Amino acid sequence: MSDTPDPVVPRSGETVASFEHSGRSPLQKLQHFLHQFPTMVPVIVLILSVIAFGLISPNFFSAFNLSLILQQVAVVGTLAAAQSLVILTAGIDLSVGAVMVLISVVMGNLAVNYGVPVPIAIFIGLGCGAATGALNGLLVTRLKLPPFITTLGTWNIFLALNYYLSARETIRSQTLDAEAPLLKFFGTRFEIGGAVLTYGVVLMLVVFAVLYYALYKTAWGRRVYAVGDDPEAAALAGIQTKRVLMSVYVVAGIICGLAAWSSIGRVGSVSPTSFFESNLESITAVVIGGISLFGGRGSILGPLIGALIVGVFNSGLRLAGVDVLWQLFATGWLIILAVAIDQWIRKVSS
Amino acid sequence: MNQPLLTARGLVKRYGRVTAMDGADFELYPGEILAVIGDNGAGKSTLIKALSGAVRPDEGEILLDGKPVSFGSPLEARQAGIETVYQTLALSPALSIADNMFMGRELRRPGIMGKWFGMLDTAAMHDFSRQKLSELGLMTIQNINQPVETLSGGQRQGVAVARAAAFGSRVIILDEPTAALGVKESRRVLDLIQDVRSRGIPIVLISHNMPHVFEIADRIHIHRLGRRLCVINPREHSMSDAVAYMTGASLPAGVAA
Repeated sequence: MSDTPDPVVPRSGETVASFEHSGRSPLQKLQHFLHQFPTMVPVIVLILSVIAFGLISPNFFSAFNLSLILQQVAVVGTLAAAQSLVILTAGIDLSVGAVMVLISVVMGNLAVNYGVPVPIAIFIGLGCGAATGALNGLLVTRLKLPPFITTLGTWNIFLALNYYLSARETIRSQTLDAEAPLLKFFGTRFEIGGAVLTYGVVLMLVVFAVLYYALYKTAWGRRVYAVGDDPEAAALAGIQTKRVLMSVYVVAGIICGLAAWSSIGRVGSVSPTSFFESNLESITAVVIGGISLFGGRGSILGPLIGALIVGVFNSGLRLAGVDVLWQLFATGWLIILAVAIDQWIRKVSS
Repeated sequence: MNQPLLTARGLVKRYGRVTAMDGADFELYPGEILAVIGDNGAGKSTLIKALSGAVRPDEGEILLDGKPVSFGSPLEARQAGIETVYQTLALSPALSIADNMFMGRELRRPGIMGKWFGMLDTAAMHDFSRQKLSELGLMTIQNINQPVETLSGGQRQGVAVARAAAFGSRVIILDEPTAALGVKESRRVLDLIQDVRSRGIPIVLISHNMPHVFEIADRIHIHRLGRRLCVINPREHSMSDAVAYMTGASLPAGVAA
């Protein structure tokens, strides 16, 4: 508005504008900086929390403990990658955790109970992941149901299917070792200079790297952001928004399938009752990672850092001998803080 | 005068019992700025939507270069060279200027990276955007990677017009381009429109702002009750004449009631 010249006092417009510019308070400068680099918030929080917990408990800083955190967040981190895609389109996917457990049951059942060759069982499992995503996508794009309600429904449906297919029975670790060791592949450990990592950690990092490429270096990625930011504008500018949304849900489903494979390695068995809270944990990682729930804003690397922050808090508080309930308490405040900061940063444009 | 570039004959569009267009005609000649004015509800936005592919008329025909065309979507109209700058601008605020310029028609890198991995040719898109913006004198925008939401209203309008001018090979339709702008910014956008016209691309301007219409239009198409009432020359009629025709207070000479 300061651009419009004042009719009474000519040329005052320009001076006001330049005054405003140079007179930014440090807080406003910070706001503009964070608006430009939204991922800096979680990065700063991660660095500060690592330093703080390192000072409290000396064991925290060991390569072993830090790598243990990576192992602990590998599954939820991979799920958070799927969740990020959906949240970038201004949606939310409550079904990711249920899909993951369902797919792990599908893979385990096919391989162990039906004698399907393990690679084929895995392939079918990933296909089922795509199918669950396609179902969510169809409901959202064709029936125009809100993603929250759609995935609340499919969450229950997938959970029921999971109990039906598994008969609520766990496929034990020894059985997997004997009949389908490949299913536990992502639990395999390897050591680099005192740090013990699993292939599940590598999978998580690769998923994020591929998504980074897809979102920033391909037309598909730019369209995902455009659809999340303003779907009407994207449609008028010639983007087929339904097709983009559909592809997002399908890709998210496939990533959930990968997370399922990774989760078998992490737990060591196929358990239909595991990872019950992973839906909400994935959303937590995305929100703390600075991706806006309103869509179209935030870096895909944010949720990776968000997942690490939760892991660091849990590990740090445990090493400090604090009761487990305070981990939940801290996570809760982190979520609220992250959303509050997001709102504050968004005000910069108005 | 030569052949019209874009013609519409007898367009009819009904929404249930409401007839939004009732035999509307339209002609746009090469190189001109044609303003379309009309009272609210006169059906001018339905006419524009039909020309830009957003609405399919029930009856009548649209001719581009004398050949009949039928647009099923805005995308098809765009492919025929008709670009529309909507009142909402259709820009994605969080994306950069360059991203917005190429939204929906991104350039891929040549070779394997582009073909198999879909890698965008960011450098080419930046160069093209920068070139198009500076051609239209909009290079006060320094950083092509700046998100559109950090621009002023006039600059945003400028980016939307530059996008249309860059890809609209035949016709550019501007819907209320100055409605949301201040005095100074409106001035710049009007200059921009004349600049685009001087490149030979004809412009359809929908506006409620009579001084702007009378300043830059070559001809004024007055829409009333779902059809074209008349076309007037802004140098032979006054603004109050135009308003009187628009509202039905009086009729132009030679038009029967």
